[in-house]
Amino acid sequence: MSTLTPVLTDTWDAEQGWKLETYAARGGYSSLDVAFAMSPDDVITAVKDSGLRGRGGAGFPTGMKWSFIPQDNPKPKYLVVNADESEPGTCKDIPLMMGNPHVLVEGVIVSSYAIRANKAFIYIRGEVVHVIRRVQAAVAEAYAAGHLGKDIHGSGYDLDVVVHAGAGAYICGEETALLEGLEGRRGQPRLRPPFPAVAGLYASPTVINNVESIASVPAIVSNGAAWFASMGTEKSKGHGIFSLSGHVQRPGQYEAPLGITLRELLDLAGGVREGHQLKFWTPGGSSTPLLTAEHLDVPLDFEGVGGVGSMLGTRALQVFDETVCVVRAVLRWTEFYKHESCGKCTPCREGTWWLVQALTRLEHGQGSEDDLDQLLDQCDNILGRSFCALGDGATSPISSSIQHFRDEYLAHLSHGGCPFDPARSTAWAGQEVSA
Amino acid sequence: MTEKTVEKDEQSRGKAVEKTDLVTLTIDGVEVSVPKDTLVIRAAEQIGVQVPRFCDHPLLAPVGACRQCLVDIPDAGNGRGFPKPQASCTLPVAEGMVVNTQVTSPVADKAQQGVMELLLINHPLDCPVCDKGGECPLQNQAMSNGRGESRFSDERNRGVKRTFPKPINLSPMVLLDRERCIVCQRCTRFADEIAGDPFIALVERGAQQQIGIAEDAPFLSYFSGNVIQICPVGALTSEQYRFRSRPFDLVSTPGVAEHDACGSAIRIDHRRGKVVRRQAGDDPAVNEEWITDKDRFAFAYAQADDRLTYPQVRDEDGFLRPASWPEAFVVAARGLAAAKAAGGVGVLTGGRLTVEDAYAYSKFARVALGTNDIDFRSRPLSAEETAFLASHVVLTGPADPVNRAVTYDDLESAAKVVLVGLEPEDEAGAVFLRLRKSVLAGGTEVVAVAPYTTRGLEKLSARLVPTAPGDEAAALAGLAGELGADTVLLVGERLATVPGALSTAASVAAASGARLAWVPRRAGDRGAIEAGCLPNLLPGGRPVADAGARVDVATAWGTASLPEAEGRDADAIVAALVAGELGGLVVAGIDPDDTADPAATRAAIDAAGFVVSFELRRSEVTDVADVVFPVAPTSEKSGTFVNWEGRVRSWEAALHQPSSLPELRALSGIAEELARLGQGAPLGFRTVAEVRAEMGQLGPWDGERTAAAPAVAGPVARDAGAFALSTWKLMLDNGTMQDGDKYLKATARTPVALVTPDVYDAHGPTVTITGDRGSVTLPAEIADDLVEGVVWVPASSVGNGVLADLASPGSHVTITGAEGVHG
Repeated sequence: MSTLTPVLTDTWDAEQGWKLETYAARGGYSSLDVAFAMSPDDVITAVKDSGLRGRGGAGFPTGMKWSFIPQDNPKPKYLVVNADESEPGTCKDIPLMMGNPHVLVEGVIVSSYAIRANKAFIYIRGEVVHVIRRVQAAVAEAYAAGHLGKDIHGSGYDLDVVVHAGAGAYICGEETALLEGLEGRRGQPRLRPPFPAVAGLYASPTVINNVESIASVPAIVSNGAAWFASMGTEKSKGHGIFSLSGHVQRPGQYEAPLGITLRELLDLAGGVREGHQLKFWTPGGSSTPLLTAEHLDVPLDFEGVGGVGSMLGTRALQVFDETVCVVRAVLRWTEFYKHESCGKCTPCREGTWWLVQALTRLEHGQGSEDDLDQLLDQCDNILGRSFCALGDGATSPISSSIQHFRDEYLAHLSHGGCPFDPARSTAWAGQEVSA
Repeated sequence: MTEKTVEKDEQSRGKAVEKTDLVTLTIDGVEVSVPKDTLVIRAAEQIGVQVPRFCDHPLLAPVGACRQCLVDIPDAGNGRGFPKPQASCTLPVAEGMVVNTQVTSPVADKAQQGVMELLLINHPLDCPVCDKGGECPLQNQAMSNGRGESRFSDERNRGVKRTFPKPINLSPMVLLDRERCIVCQRCTRFADEIAGDPFIALVERGAQQQIGIAEDAPFLSYFSGNVIQICPVGALTSEQYRFRSRPFDLVSTPGVAEHDACGSAIRIDHRRGKVVRRQAGDDPAVNEEWITDKDRFAFAYAQADDRLTYPQVRDEDGFLRPASWPEAFVVAARGLAAAKAAGGVGVLTGGRLTVEDAYAYSKFARVALGTNDIDFRSRPLSAEETAFLASHVVLTGPADPVNRAVTYDDLESAAKVVLVGLEPEDEAGAVFLRLRKSVLAGGTEVVAVAPYTTRGLEKLSARLVPTAPGDEAAALAGLAGELGADTVLLVGERLATVPGALSTAASVAAASGARLAWVPRRAGDRGAIEAGCLPNLLPGGRPVADAGARVDVATAWGTASLPEAEGRDADAIVAALVAGELGGLVVAGIDPDDTADPAATRAAIDAAGFVVSFELRRSEVTDVADVVFPVAPTSEKSGTFVNWEGRVRSWEAALHQPSSLPELRALSGIAEELARLGQGAPLGFRTVAEVRAEMGQLGPWDGERTAAAPAVAGPVARDAGAFALSTWKLMLDNGTMQDGDKYLKATARTPVALVTPDVYDAHGPTVTITGDRGSVTLPAEIADDLVEGVVWVPASSVGNGVLADLASPGSHVTITGAEGVHG
């Protein structure tokens, strides 16, 4: 059985672990001198060799992304950290930035050095003001300690970091919409090509990486690519933060090698809510197709989850027990997508509007089995037809839930409404409530 | 002349289809070769497949927003296909690519039907009352590429559509019905990419996403009407046309815009003898698919209540009374014969004439009146300009290999375009848009010899050569070093009154190899030159002073001889009338307030022993004329304008009003009566077709052009404490051809005086400017880079205009604060 491998989460339990003092005492910022002793290309090679794949959900090899930056382009290069964590269920970057902001800052420095950027941006979701403040404070501490600014550690390398607060739009987690937002425009995805590596922020070569990807870099540089690659599975190397939420005994972030299974994680988390059984779960946030108890032993790596028709995504394991009405849960998610659809393209804008109405009717027990097929056909007309992945994500919970729980949908129709008592799924279910 | 230039036109169009790198791909099983970088959606058009589309527009950057044009790509040219349908409006072709559209691919067909169904779920079913119904891309493509029945709003589902309160005003003219909008972003992209007026933008998100304006910034753009035309649904409408008609009740006739010298193609939509709407025509060589709001919305003037519909003659009791056409011909002929005997008759034709009418005036002056006293310029002019027009402007055309006349396409390919005495956004909208396109594409630098960076120049990222009015010649000479064969020099008609400016332009162009073009303001200006409405030119650019040219024309016209001496220009005609040296005046479409000296022009008309006036509507000239002939507006006659390029732009009458005759018909009637009185000869034509044939027969002059006049630049002296008056007409102002549409008027820019920061600080927010003709009080605004010692005012936006109320352009004025006016 896999055990936990705390790397990024290592200092979370330390007294004031977010302070530079604490971080430095545990060897923080030591990867800078290692990196500066290497050529930038060697840093890229090390990250490539480590097998690190993007932790924001898509799993694109990080080192390869960096090597796409055309170094003969005379324009400045930029590193942009995508910290716009907004996916329902996903909660790894925000606790990471709260618990250990310096590992991100350190990663930003090493990564910027590798791609030869002298300016980096951390784009943080606007609603999490406490996190923004904490990262700002960490950046300020890093400047004061000489880890940022001019001639860092006497290496001759300069780097400035800007912490940017988003304005509360899920779409800005899409990397090109994020760039639009960062440039002060309306956050809507851009046409590709050109890809950000060629013409990204301010039409300059830009690397956009997830918080966790960048934060993983210092340890790779310090401990070597082989150390990182020793963890995980053949094509999904290294450690990752698994966020368990919902009906589990001890929800939270569990940092473990990729390839761990939900069964193992549930053991670590004390199992499903007392007296209940697992009904369904998301492997990587609401945009990844639902899985059920039959998938408890699927290795949680990119290939394993992909093999059962879902996606590893952001390893946001939302656990739902048998008290939860899947129709209700899916409708709530769909309402989220409708609210967050940016409006740029027709399928997502109009499709989410319609999906909510169709699901609402089904939840109220109106309609017939034909409506399920129509719902699936609606999803088919959205999936792969939208401008970006938001529309695709909106269809995932619907199609997968119909696939796994068609009978439950039908039960709504025969029951004339939802057969579940929503109170039973609450955290306070069964408790006396005094007036 | 006409035929030759038409031929040139076709050549220049052919030139556009150059051989480029071709890419071969297969669409629906048909192999097709298209130029590299062609988008799949347009490659499909080459084999006759129309992929449905909304956001796509050939003149706007691809956006891929509506997703209606999805096609299946089983092979992207690299042996691998796309797993999902692709938007054909954003995908460039690749060698060996295989594309299956809705015609052959069930996947593409289903994807398109799915998107169409989604587009319609929030779109109201108000087609029966929607202005777009009948010419609506959404309606049409829903029929061709959509499902017959919606699954959203059937009995079982009863989906709830999103609604908005309606409509909202984006500007005084443009209205938005948000629930109809499919947010394809054509309008916002036009405003941003083409016009440079990004005052409309997307706001809100998801299904609530809509087009909006900022609270304090309505969509005030000279080009706003284009967004209505390119809107693929009925979301954008104009106050002018909204609820006025259905497309299927309209008859559409192609026409040419009469408001500037751009020659923009338009489409006149009319119903039961009335014009109800005008749209941009599609002419890639000229205006592409865009026109100004003035060209689009200003047509009500021709249907105004004061429109003249019958001839009038002045009775012995001094009052004008209706007369029959034959009677008016006789009265006019008798009066003109007498005036001829009393010293002669001058002819002022104005800048609004068609070439055919201008030719008739030109011939009438020479043959019937025996004079070269004819001038089309109803605005400040100079002898230098007269010579310049004969030596550098007349006879140049788009593909003239000798003179290499500048075209719109040349504006796009030039490395540098220098503007002197020309504010293209106000004075030549299509030129402005083409320049902006060229600047945005990164190829062209615009340099402006102007007193300050106007909003239009800002949108062209122009480099300002700060120049006070009057100093243009020196500024041009200073630029000589940076001009070359890849430079285009555009000079405006305002330079006429700057001594030495036009001749300096000609000489620096000749010395550097830069190409020179003269851009007048009025639609008929250039054609009048070609037709010989100048004291020194006969039709076809023949110099009056050239005996061979005179013989040429006299032979063609079958007359023994033509007057030999060059005639009087407009200023001299006015002076001669006042002095009693001329006995009569034939005057067409002139507002005295536009002329160099309005008071003198009025005095001349009063002093003239006999005045024959040709006018569309009652005016102060018709009120004092002895015979008044009504004339047909451009929509009611066939005609031709020659635009600033020298391109011939002909059209046929859209409306046929029996009482509405072109001027050439009336002039021929008068000439026949004059011939009966033993004066001159008949003109030999009565119809537009006959004039066109005669002009074609005569052809252009192939002899020597008159030599350029030597430069006569002189130093500009300025009184201490005085300001040089800079002025030009805004696109939308008090011009009479904008009468009749209050919504259009409301979109005009607020008239302000532009002053330097110092002057503003000294005199406050309201200033009174005083010149030798009077005073004007206006709100003042600061123009940051306005040349010291200069004040700018709009020429015709307040009162009777600058020339009548203030002073002539370039002359000295004083500025005082006007606290008394606004407290």
